Amino acid sequence: MSAAIGFEDWQALVQLYADYAHVVDAGLWEQWPEFFIEDCVYRVQPRENHERGFPLATLSFESKGMLKDRAYGIRETLFHDPYYQRHVVGLPRLLGEADGRFDVEANYAVFRTKLSQLSTVYNVGRSLDVVVRTAEGLKFARREFIYDSEMIPNSMIYPL
Amino acid sequence: MNAPIALAELTAAPMNWERGTSRIPFAVYNDPALHTLELQRFFYEKHWCYVGLEAEIPKPGDYKRTEIGERSVILVRALDGAIHVVENACAHRGVAFCRARHGNAQAFVCPYHQWNYALDGRLRGVPMRHGVKRDGVVQGGMPADFNFAEHGLTRLKVAVRGGVVFASFDHDVEPFEDFVGPEVLRYFDRLFDGRKLNILGYNRQRIPGNWKLMQENIKDPYHPGLLHTWFVTFGLWRADNRAQMVMDARHRHAAMISTRGNAGAVTEVSRVSSFKQTMALHDPRFLDIVPEPWWNGPTAVMTTLFPSVILQQQVNSVSTRQIVPDGHGHFDFVWTHFGFEDDTPEMTQRRLRQANLFGPAGFVSADDGEVIEFSQESFEAKPGHRTLVELGGDEVADTDHMVTETLIRGMYRYWREVMAR
Ligand code: FES
Ligand SMILES: [Fe+2]
Repeated sequence: MSAAIGFEDWQALVQLYADYAHVVDAGLWEQWPEFFIEDCVYRVQPRENHERGFPLATLSFESKGMLKDRAYGIRETLFHDPYYQRHVVGLPRLLGEADGRFDVEANYAVFRTKLSQLSTVYNVGRSLDVVVRTAEGLKFARREFIYDSEMIPNSMIYPL
Repeated sequence: MNAPIALAELTAAPMNWERGTSRIPFAVYNDPALHTLELQRFFYEKHWCYVGLEAEIPKPGDYKRTEIGERSVILVRALDGAIHVVENACAHRGVAFCRARHGNAQAFVCPYHQWNYALDGRLRGVPMRHGVKRDGVVQGGMPADFNFAEHGLTRLKVAVRGGVVFASFDHDVEPFEDFVGPEVLRYFDRLFDGRKLNILGYNRQRIPGNWKLMQENIKDPYHPGLLHTWFVTFGLWRADNRAQMVMDARHRHAAMISTRGNAGAVTEVSRVSSFKQTMALHDPRFLDIVPEPWWNGPTAVMTTLFPSVILQQQVNSVSTRQIVPDGHGHFDFVWTHFGFEDDTPEMTQRRLRQANLFGPAGFVSADDGEVIEFSQESFEAKPGHRTLVELGGDEVADTDHMVTETLIRGMYRYWREVMAR
């Protein structure tokens, strides 16, 4: 069942997803936390844990501050092989809308390209999101990436 | 049982060891024939391998599929509550019949010809065993002397201690406690002290490197304060912490024991590029560390049980990390995070928050997989060369500091004994 919303809201929602993908694919890590409200949840979780009710996630952040710490980590503290990531995100599937809050699901595939190497499928799954209206436009109150991929190919440095 | 592979069958490049085991030939990491021999000697005979936690199979009939070396096995709790480990290979024509990663079953049934097995691996039923009657004549069927007792699933020897399950294909393996040895068993028992465990979930990563590199990584107290900014900056692991390196008598297992100190302090060990004196967290809850009574002092104990598992206590984050080799150049690394039955909801939350430091995306652990990958790249490219593990000299002995690579030298001393190379 999908809720009906006006064209303007729909357009804003689609724009939010497109802008988000742009920022995490372009490596604009300082801009990434700005897609979220202060009191947010960001998680990247194996489907296995999600379906079995295990709380552990591969990344599990509970505030915009934690996202900023991750952004700093990518730049300054985590040693890693440089890579490009490329999101292909399906159209958001609206699960519900009430009082300026949208429950949304979206399929995604992320490709990884390491320098001097072939591009590979890196991580696929769906996101379960809560988007809210704020004075600065739509923002994520919650983003949970539930990934089908059974293995992380070595490491995950950049946020999905 | 599998016949040991003759050394003569190996095509490995000549292996030159210098100065004991302080210079490790690259060839130990990149030879498929050597890898096959390692699987046999370390994973399939004379060793106990990690298969899981009792808490993963709490109810009768619960099972979990996992691996020992490159063989698929099933950890299962039988209907009488006893724990068994059986090989996931049908006694008929070999089908790896168990496809679910976990579940609950009354029996195991192979889909191909529906042979069925009790949860302890005994063969219970063979369709058309007595043949099929047509026109009053019995056609086919198994030979009259077909003996069910001889055709069960391969059953492994099982050891359970503190809620952790180990298994061995080798029924003559020494008792688990002797295998670990009293020096390291102390630290095993410190973590698994009998309290019931509570599974928090899994992380799985595939690392393109030889499986031994992960054992080495957790026998290397030199790198954490250098590679891992968070460790040195927040004092979680740095070379001037109080520390002990402990091995079993054969130097195959080890515990690295460290007590946090000096967070943010500028000393000899902080004059490294990874130290960031001004670094402050936007959200300090990542490091909301609360000491627990069972620690008895140390804030981190990393235990390597050769060959299959690493036991992690890093402040409030506890996990097992299983090593599952896949050829000489890859392994899967399976993290099982857990808590204890008496944890408050706040403590569970704390363990989950601190889990952000570990695993394939961890603020600390993500770069371990990266450097292992880069090591393997060189090994493949230059098989005649060797690494250098001479920090602290070339001897093998316990130390009361972490400026040493003694545990790695110890592991390869053991490796050479077993591999006779
Ligand atoms: S292979 Fe399993 S029943 Fe035939
Ligand atoms: Fe490390």
